[in-house]
Amino acid sequence: MLGLGLLLLAACKEVPGPRYVTSGADARNGKTLIEETGCGACHEIPGIAWPRGRLGPSLAGFDDIGLIAGALPNTPENLAHFVRNAPAAKPGSTMPPMPVTDAEARDIAAYLYSLNDGGEDK
Amino acid sequence: MKLSMPEAVWGWPPPVLDPAGPYAEDVTLLAWVLVGMALVVTAIVVAALWAAIKGPPWIKDKLGGERAVWIGGIAFPGVVLTALLIWGLTLTASLTQPITGQEMRVRVTGEMWWFRVQYLDEAGEVVIDDANELHLPVGVPVVVELRSADVIHSFWVPHLSGKKDMVPGRTNLLRIEASEAGRFGGVCAEYCGGPHALMGFIAVAHEQADWQTWLAARLARQQPDITLPQSRTTPLPAVYTDVDLPRDSALRGGADWDATQGRALFMASGCSACHRVAGTEANGLAGPDLTHIGSRLSLGAGILPNHRGTLVGWIGDSQSIKPGNRMPTYDRLSGDQLNQIAAWLEQQK
Repeated sequence: MLGLGLLLLAACKEVPGPRYVTSGADARNGKTLIEETGCGACHEIPGIAWPRGRLGPSLAGFDDIGLIAGALPNTPENLAHFVRNAPAAKPGSTMPPMPVTDAEARDIAAYLYSLNDGGEDK
Repeated sequence: MKLSMPEAVWGWPPPVLDPAGPYAEDVTLLAWVLVGMALVVTAIVVAALWAAIKGPPWIKDKLGGERAVWIGGIAFPGVVLTALLIWGLTLTASLTQPITGQEMRVRVTGEMWWFRVQYLDEAGEVVIDDANELHLPVGVPVVVELRSADVIHSFWVPHLSGKKDMVPGRTNLLRIEASEAGRFGGVCAEYCGGPHALMGFIAVAHEQADWQTWLAARLARQQPDITLPQSRTTPLPAVYTDVDLPRDSALRGGADWDATQGRALFMASGCSACHRVAGTEANGLAGPDLTHIGSRLSLGAGILPNHRGTLVGWIGDSQSIKPGNRMPTYDRLSGDQLNQIAAWLEQQK
């Protein structure tokens, strides 16, 4: 009974917003960039129908992830840096540098943070 | 950095209505005139129907008369359709013009699920082997010899020509020409199994000077002295056992992965059994020729942009990108090894 009550209370809780509000970055442009760059060749990414590569980790639920690539403090700057030049951000990374600019990497980071998909694979 | 296979199918204006060469222009013009004529006839029929139901009695009388049937039912379509037929056949005569033998020739063979592209000299000998990309000079008609290695495929660059089937055991000829420099997406337009929808290519039209440079570079790369012994005398790395290679800290600071190591891995991991790289011992013919992979615009037959990331992704797990394609996954290689192979392949221009 108590459990049910808590469950009902929990259901009243407002849905949490995206973890980070990345000011000055354009999440929609980030999605376009993800499609054009072909990030899906290695990653499953919510909102990207194809490709859904499995060589690298799925990026579903990225808004709820702990450390970036299991190593870096989770900040928008670190994510943008990792997206653009992973080997420099995290020595030993398989992910090679990506052909995007700093600003584009920030847009891509904004898209990944904007997913807010609760980890569901959509 | 635009994906070119989607561009072949959609995009605005639709590529099929946006011709970039004389043969495609004829087809597009014919299509527009036919659509226009259909609209005119539909309008006349609808107007006549409306008049026959709602119009004044004298119009109803006229429409119901025998004369209306002779004029509207026989004379009008007879004249209009005959005129359209004659005009259409005249307009598109160039499409079926006999081949003179003086044209530039390229042989394109449909394979499950990619395009083998071979440039031929006057004698019909293959001088350049390539894949998934068709380069042609602007303003010159090119005869494409269409073949198939397995099932029926169809060759279609909407900007440059109509489509034509690639039928096993036959050679179909298709004339294409580009009137402006640019990149045009192409697709297989006949269902050919599994990843048919991911079978594309890119046609690249070069201005004349640019074309000569391109041709010279490709020809030079195709016929180098083959240096066989070199990599046979150096010990090959243990591909499947030494997964955790010592990590070179220098390359993390911005330096690249070791391409020499990548070359050895390419030869030792079985890549060379299916792929050819001119000037090396890699001479496999089952898969796309990789002699010019470093300068190719796309990967996986027109479906991915070509850069280090997509190349590593494709080599490592192409099955998750293009399920059913004939290249196995190479997830037994480490991330470093995949990057080394990619680093070497990028040098093959």
